[in-house]
Amino acid sequence: MQREVKLVQGNQAIAEGAVYAGARYYAGYPITPSSEIAELCSVLMPQLGGVYMQMEDEIASIAAVIGASLAGVKSFTATSGPGFSLMQENLGLAVLGEVPCVIINVQRCGPSTGLATKPAQSDVMQARWGRHGDQAIIALSPATVKECFDLTVTAFNFAEKFRVPVVLLADEIVGHMRENFTYPAPGELQVVERKKPTVTPDRYKPFEPAEDGIAPLAAFGSQYVFHITSSMHGTDGYSNNDPGNAAWRVAQLHQKIDRYRSEIVLTKTFNAEDADVLLIAYGATTRAARAAALTARRGGIRAGVLQLLTIWPFPDEIVAVLGGQASTVVVPEMNFSGQVAGEVQRVLGPGADIRRVNRYNGQVITPQDILRAIQGR
Amino acid sequence: MWCPGCGNGIVLGAMLRAFEELEYELHNTVVVTGIGCWGKADDYLLTNALHTTHGRALAFATGIKAANPRLHVVVLMGDGDGITIGGNHFIHAARRNMDLTAIVVNNYNYGMTGGQCSGTTPADSYTSTTLYGNPERELDICRLAEVAGANYVARGTVYHGWELQQLIKEALNKKGFALVEAVSPCPTHFGSHNGMREPVEMLNHLKEKAVTMDAYRQLKEPERDGYFVIGKLAERDAPDFSTNYERMRGRIAGARKEGEPA
Ligand SMILES: Cc1ncc(C[n+]2csc(CCOP(=O)(O)OP(=O)(O)O)c2C)c(N)n1
Ligand code: SF4
Repeated sequence: MQREVKLVQGNQAIAEGAVYAGARYYAGYPITPSSEIAELCSVLMPQLGGVYMQMEDEIASIAAVIGASLAGVKSFTATSGPGFSLMQENLGLAVLGEVPCVIINVQRCGPSTGLATKPAQSDVMQARWGRHGDQAIIALSPATVKECFDLTVTAFNFAEKFRVPVVLLADEIVGHMRENFTYPAPGELQVVERKKPTVTPDRYKPFEPAEDGIAPLAAFGSQYVFHITSSMHGTDGYSNNDPGNAAWRVAQLHQKIDRYRSEIVLTKTFNAEDADVLLIAYGATTRAARAAALTARRGGIRAGVLQLLTIWPFPDEIVAVLGGQASTVVVPEMNFSGQVAGEVQRVLGPGADIRRVNRYNGQVITPQDILRAIQGR
Repeated sequence: MWCPGCGNGIVLGAMLRAFEELEYELHNTVVVTGIGCWGKADDYLLTNALHTTHGRALAFATGIKAANPRLHVVVLMGDGDGITIGGNHFIHAARRNMDLTAIVVNNYNYGMTGGQCSGTTPADSYTSTTLYGNPERELDICRLAEVAGANYVARGTVYHGWELQQLIKEALNKKGFALVEAVSPCPTHFGSHNGMREPVEMLNHLKEKAVTMDAYRQLKEPERDGYFVIGKLAERDAPDFSTNYERMRGRIAGARKEGEPA
């Protein structure tokens, strides 16, 4: 079959990517700049035998998503900063209860209601640390319409494979941008299904990790009967206050992500191998970074880009290698505090020449902004 | 787990006997609980269970039921959980007419956290945060459910255990959102703050003050004070969410095929 090139919006690619990955339940609450995802899902889900629900708020949205996932249906929600804040408590339940689900955050400029229609990349740390209790999470960030689609599929794959919630940190620019895109044919991209139990029902324990470190997850309504709880629990899913058990549970939630770091950490490089000036970028800002690096090369500066598709867990290894080779590292991002620049500094050490390019007024970072930082050396 | 004289065990017993009479099976029953003393009921259950966050149980249950309408989904919440912090979800689960059975144990206070006031604490009564008497008014859980669109609304008490079991059974049998409010003593906190330290005093209170609709109607205004109605309070047969959604899906012409982008 001839695959057509289409002009596709980022948010549309996210919704279509979720459907491609097998999502058949969406619960959400409208918020700019993510609402196109909800609108499209309200059309697609019922067509495909799935369900779309507009909930009373974002707290309910993620709760319903978790419930549907436990009933065996791949589920997701989409929001922006204010809604993402409301989701944090129940996102923590998905972490502790090890419930696969995907949360799309199309970031906008804050704090608070902020500039509701303008882009930002200021929820990087909220994604990582926004919840109470110590926990790990996976977060991915797309820079193009194609990456919106592909990384949404990847987000579902990681969620299902590792029994975790996965956050897609998009931003208003990629969410609303339109680019030429050819939808992949069925089977072209890998789609992962969660591991189901194979033991007899009387022996099933919902939190007993298999050899790969991940516990199989049954569905409510199957022959397996099980408990999931927001309280600390043992392998059987029932409350357990034993300190040794709690220590094992908390560590296990971190370790299962740690163990698969090399599979989870996704990056791209553009002329980065010999870079003397390394631009480390993610999301829409990657586009300006690539343009700036090309211009700098033409001017005789060996500049290159390391794009972080995975932000959490943070790609320490490749940042250390490529950042270590460069004499200067530039980190452009649409936030004031340098949320990723701080991580880069942690990896490369206090002596490294790390230049921050920050915008936090709802305007995009331009290649010229980045070039000025490069030339400022 | 529960204090001596707590009513939670009686409600749990009534619910389990109703499950048994209706031949519910463990694997197709999911009990969703909120946070609180009553919310810990899942620790005693062999059915599927999801113990959620404070106030949000109905929203989790909504996702479960929407994804698999064949499941029996029963939601256990305290008065703080179900209609105070969780009031918004309560209104909208009833409005959507989700096919869920909600059993709200109303002990007029937050038992688990030490007896603070809740949205159902009667005006002027005493709790650990209303030591001078509650300056706020209480909310009627059943009337809220009725105006929000529930298909079945009933109130029982743990003194009237058999009747409570029948109400829960009717609620379970009802398609659409069904609410049973179970008025129940918390002798440890609410009782001790309000001159009913002994569990039996609270039970006597329920015995005396809980009356049928007919008896209530015969009471004149000033005498009515403190009395409340038990039994079935509202019933209708509006189609539930999943039935309406299925109908809507049927109306969509030319639904696209798997794997075919828009
Ligand atoms: C978000 C959040 N806020 C507060 C609490 C603390 N908390 C736990 S149970 C509870 C109240 C429980 O009261 P109720 O729902 O009436 O149930 P009961 O204990 O009386 O059965 C509160 C406030 C919490 N767990 N989570
Ligand atoms: S504190 Fe009150 S509600 Fe909680 S178990 Fe004790 S008596 Fe029951």
